[in-house]
Amino acid sequence: MSVRNRELVGLIPASLLVTAGFAGVFIQRSNALSNISLTYGAIFLGLCVVGHLVIRATLPYADPYMFPLVALLSSFGIVMIYRIDTTLARQQAQWFVLGLILFAATIVAFRDYRKLERYRYTIAVISLGLLILPRIPGIGYQVNGAYLGIRIPGLFVFQPTEFAKIGFVIFLASYLRDTRQVLVLGARRILGVTIPPIKHFGPVLVIWGLAMAILFLLHDVGSSLMFYGALLSILYVATSRVSFVVVGLIAFGLGAWYIGAHVPHINARVQEWLHPLNANLYHDVHTGGASSYQLANSLFAQAAGGMFGQGFGQATLTIPGTHSYLLPAPSTDMIYAVITDELGLFGAAAVLITYLMLIARGFKTAVLARDSFSTLLAVGLSAVLGLQVFVIVGGVTRVIPLTGVTLPFISYGGSSIIANLVLVALLLLVSDRARRPA
Amino acid sequence: MNAPIGRVFVLMIVLFALLLVWTTRWTVFDAKALRDNPLNARTVIDEEKIDRGELLAADGTVLAKSVSGPDRTFTRTYPQGSLFAQTVGYSDVTTGRDAGLELSDGNYLRGVNTGISAIIGQLGGGTQVGDNVYTTLDPKAQALARQLLAGRAGSVVALVPSTGAVKVMFSLPTYNDNHLCNTCAGISQFNSATQAADIPGSTFKIVTVTAALDSGKFTQSSELDGNSPRIVSGVPLENDSNQDWGQQTVSTALTYSINTIFAQLAQDVGRPTMTEYMRRFGFYSRPPLDYPPDELSPSEPHSLTTNRPYPPASPNEDIGRIGIGQGGLEVTPLQMAMVAAAVANGGRLMVPHLTDRVVNPDGQTIQTIKPRLYSQVMKPSTAQAVSKMMLNVVEEGTAKPADTLGVSLAGKTGTATLVTGTNITEPWFIGFAPATNPTIAIAVTIDRTDDGYGGTTAAPIAAQILKLLLAEQNG
Repeated sequence: MSVRNRELVGLIPASLLVTAGFAGVFIQRSNALSNISLTYGAIFLGLCVVGHLVIRATLPYADPYMFPLVALLSSFGIVMIYRIDTTLARQQAQWFVLGLILFAATIVAFRDYRKLERYRYTIAVISLGLLILPRIPGIGYQVNGAYLGIRIPGLFVFQPTEFAKIGFVIFLASYLRDTRQVLVLGARRILGVTIPPIKHFGPVLVIWGLAMAILFLLHDVGSSLMFYGALLSILYVATSRVSFVVVGLIAFGLGAWYIGAHVPHINARVQEWLHPLNANLYHDVHTGGASSYQLANSLFAQAAGGMFGQGFGQATLTIPGTHSYLLPAPSTDMIYAVITDELGLFGAAAVLITYLMLIARGFKTAVLARDSFSTLLAVGLSAVLGLQVFVIVGGVTRVIPLTGVTLPFISYGGSSIIANLVLVALLLLVSDRARRPA
Repeated sequence: MNAPIGRVFVLMIVLFALLLVWTTRWTVFDAKALRDNPLNARTVIDEEKIDRGELLAADGTVLAKSVSGPDRTFTRTYPQGSLFAQTVGYSDVTTGRDAGLELSDGNYLRGVNTGISAIIGQLGGGTQVGDNVYTTLDPKAQALARQLLAGRAGSVVALVPSTGAVKVMFSLPTYNDNHLCNTCAGISQFNSATQAADIPGSTFKIVTVTAALDSGKFTQSSELDGNSPRIVSGVPLENDSNQDWGQQTVSTALTYSINTIFAQLAQDVGRPTMTEYMRRFGFYSRPPLDYPPDELSPSEPHSLTTNRPYPPASPNEDIGRIGIGQGGLEVTPLQMAMVAAAVANGGRLMVPHLTDRVVNPDGQTIQTIKPRLYSQVMKPSTAQAVSKMMLNVVEEGTAKPADTLGVSLAGKTGTATLVTGTNITEPWFIGFAPATNPTIAIAVTIDRTDDGYGGTTAAPIAAQILKLLLAEQNG
């Protein structure tokens, strides 16, 4: 079977899932199976086939598994959101359509994605600007004390970090392609630690500074970790020096510790993380703004799910007699907890494994790529995607302090679905070039 | 650059493995602790979504039922309110606290024990529907008990000797289980019938006389010295009004409740034998009622200095005074009803029970509580002899005021002095009816009266309740 036909066949599971999922919600809601579920499934399948045709026409050699995996995650996401809030699901479907348009546009516009290198400083500056946007009074807004979004009232809500992450990866992949030899060859060893020459190490320091700035300005440990981790991955692959990574991590740790101790909001997140079941923290009594309610309820939701889950559509989402959610933000930050509640440990594991398969295809692309920029770009994009999953799921499962980033493709959110579709479009572009017969 | 790419990917796998380990922690290892965490509102909401079954009296009167609320939740109401609150208890989902039958029959009422259909129902996402529980309780007799106690703190427990079925269990003070209020004045969720630490006084002489006769050490015509006072454990013990009775038979001693003779009986029978008979009657352990253990107190002698229970047959017990229901003996009304029931049932003490049968929502009886023997307390001949003596108590002795109410009654009075040197007393009556072939046993006590006697205050209450219960049995 040809590569593209494999991709097409790969869409079948996603379509079945979305149909079965909608059918499940309908049965739950009205005890009657409506043919709307089949319609939804058909529309979704149609959209995915369009996406597939774009790839077939423009990227004949691209990895055949990435797009079906993305379709699987997105369809699962739409079904989950539909189960939580039907209005949001309709909006999410619209965002998905817009995302697919931008996905196609990215592919068409950057057939030769290497020209991105020419604009690397422009991209870096724009990305930086995107990061600062949420702190601009009037349009920036806070979610749980972190500055993660901007809002033009009546027009749209936008999370610039979702796009900034792609920009920084492009910049660093391009920058390190040029300087990686110098970083390694010009390095001196002091006390057994490899120290690269300062003039070339400057940008790496800038990256560190950037991560610290995100932490300090945006009050967001998770995003900071996601950016910095992805950038360190590129640096490591570019130089093969573990010492850079170690020094980088120590620098990050020190900085994070210092800022964490001095920014009350971050300190509060850490306290909630350490003591989610503390009654005072839970009820927000004299805790200086810290409230572990959300995290504690995330754990309660997962415990309610157990190994096999309560069944799709069965979890308790709202407080009876009210429309307030028991677990705040169930369709965005906390969607992993809802998934675990309904589908249990096994359902959650299936979601994580799907992500891991997508990331594996990304790293595979990096291995196959024939030039350094392509390799570093694929590594960076895959790493930033994987780390985003880690940051939000890690937050929800209390591995790390909770941060409000989205679960890629699954969480509700236009910025998230569009940015991540663009990210996958770039990966497919790299993949097509890498796998093209010489 | 391929090796570092592989390592970065391995790192990703490690990170994802961490996520999976932590998810496993919450869904499997810590799941129970999280579900039980008091902060966890889900536990309450899940409980609210259960359509608990009804609790019903023997005649079908609804004692507790669930009413449908918002978002497929249910709230519990108690149509009988304070009349049955002490027995039925409550299921308070907001605090997660259940009490009484609502707790002890909780698994039936929540439908946990229902079979395949409930499991299938839950798979389909339907509401968990509980089973209905019929109790053995009699609402008319219960209401009569409330009327006769007339606001005085006290308890009435009536049961069927041959089966252990509890017909009446009422105590004051009570509360309204529709409006739980732990801080309100004059409200008590303490169930005196099963938890009280009452001094049984002379009603305990039934236990003493049973031990004396059944052990073979005495017969009902054995004669003992009934003069007063008598030195017991180094302290003078008086009869009522310090009356000298001279030489009297055991039978007469019971009829007139002669303390000095019963102290001798208990001393002569001895601690080990007395303790053995008390155990057979159910003393020293929580009553075997189908009721929450926290709401059942054992009846046993307590040290007067430390107020802690003596170890059984402790040499520190004042066995002579225990033999007349004093000496630090503390009992529940339920225990004393069991004493009467054991005698009434030919010495066979049945396990008391409040739950009669469990009926599923389709109307099928899925479980019926069968009578079970608790212990063979005494030989049938002893039971017959003790019954005869208890009939004398009513016909000629201390319970004579109850003999005019038209019930063939046998029993024993008790008048425990609460404050030495005053007339503040706790009147008791335990007994059964009809005197021959009894079908109901009863214990009645009023916690505190001014100059009340078992025969004048408690026995008439018992007689009227027994009369009603017998009329219902015959009607």
